Amino acid sequence: MGLKTPLYDSHLKLGAKIVDFGGWDMPLHYGSQIEEHHAVRRGAGMFDVSHMGIVDLHGAGAAQFLRFVLANDVGKLRTPGKGLYSCLLRDDGGVLDDLIVYRMDEEWFRMIVNAGTRAKDLAWLRQKSASYAVRISERDDLAMIAVQGPQARELAASLFPADVRSRLLELAPFVAVELGNVFAGQLELQSCFVARTGYTGEDGFEIAIGAGAAPRLWEQLHALGIVAAGLGARDTLRLEAGYSLYGHELDENHDPLSSGLAWTVAFEPAERDFIGRKALGKALMIQKDEMTGLLLLDRGVLRAQQRVLTSAGSGEITSGTFAPTIGRSIAMARVPRGASGRVQVDVRGKLLAALIIKPLFVHHGQVLISTELLGENP
Amino acid sequence: MSDIPNDLRYTRTHEWLRSLPNGQVEVGITHHAQGALGDLVFVDVPQAGRKVSAGEACAVVESVKAASDIYSPVDGIIVAGNQAIAGAPELVNTDPYKAGWLMRIETKANGAAAGLLSADEYAKMLADESH
Repeated sequence: MGLKTPLYDSHLKLGAKIVDFGGWDMPLHYGSQIEEHHAVRRGAGMFDVSHMGIVDLHGAGAAQFLRFVLANDVGKLRTPGKGLYSCLLRDDGGVLDDLIVYRMDEEWFRMIVNAGTRAKDLAWLRQKSASYAVRISERDDLAMIAVQGPQARELAASLFPADVRSRLLELAPFVAVELGNVFAGQLELQSCFVARTGYTGEDGFEIAIGAGAAPRLWEQLHALGIVAAGLGARDTLRLEAGYSLYGHELDENHDPLSSGLAWTVAFEPAERDFIGRKALGKALMIQKDEMTGLLLLDRGVLRAQQRVLTSAGSGEITSGTFAPTIGRSIAMARVPRGASGRVQVDVRGKLLAALIIKPLFVHHGQVLISTELLGENP
Repeated sequence: MSDIPNDLRYTRTHEWLRSLPNGQVEVGITHHAQGALGDLVFVDVPQAGRKVSAGEACAVVESVKAASDIYSPVDGIIVAGNQAIAGAPELVNTDPYKAGWLMRIETKANGAAAGLLSADEYAKMLADESH
């Protein structure tokens, strides 16, 4: 038996098929993964993301510590609540994790890290912070629910009193707010953190509340018509949106430059020293691989670890699936730098035709692949 | 729980087999198998004319999650693949024992193929697996 989130029984009640995910017993789907995917693209869906790690960093040295330990620069976060996506790097540039960090106030940052890496991250953060005035605490007293989709914000906000509702609907993208003590319907919450972020390519909120209140909040959201969605839909949604998944696109053996995340590394200002900086400086000059998207032209389904044959050499698929919004198979792949155009993918011994495209397939319900391309066979 | 019709026979790898009046057998995957795979999105429909041996992988079904081989339950020659599921793989989820059939095989082993399970035996196997 694996670890269970505070919403485990809620999932069973909804008929979830439970699978192991990084040591956690999580819902894969509640009947149909594809219907859950469409619900998020077209209306509103919700995910239990309580398995992810919430880490609070408090103290006068918190900002200074984060500017050292993260590859992206929290110095960019000037407004309260603003969030930033970053990699946590080893000295050699290998990616320990990818995460979002929010600057809640001058001396309080909140970090959301991956489930499978939270113990490793925490040990690393504690070890590296010894000489900084920062207190690091894991918030395993909190649960988190992501509500996602074009109607998600409106529906979720409707649970709250009018003044809070308007605050929530005015929240800018990638900004979080701590509401403190607040009522959600009949449910009194001691704390309620709401961020306008997600992992689906749709608008929405990620809501962290006390673990004990989570099942009742989940029920209320469900009663509003928000569809419970499992890890299966979460994976196809994030892949369509071109988001990396730790353990697939990202791992300790690859640096962010060869993982499609060069944009998250803040080399400026030049005087900021951060862990991995020296290694990445060298890697910039000798970068051999890059991350790209693939659209399968033949019939079939692309999968992780399949070999990609390009005119510039061979690469490998890091994540592949059938994309429900597109109706075709797509993938992300690490290929030799400069590879482009038509390629072949070794799918169980058969060479299938695919096309290298930008790894951003669907955004806010819109398919970003040209209809000419989708019109090509099959 | 799982829907297991009495008039079919089953394999340990979750295929079902139906004897047709013309002596051929029709093959598909069980209700349990489609549930375990999840939403199917692609079926590599078996080619008619192909000679197969019992236990040989002769088709592939892919769900959103993973690809899975389908094994021929008997020795014989594939006489038809179900073209309807090439365009609508979800039929295997919604109607695994009828519209979602995968292939028809001409076989001498019709009634007596070794190692096939009755509905009761298959149900027992599933119950054992889940413990």
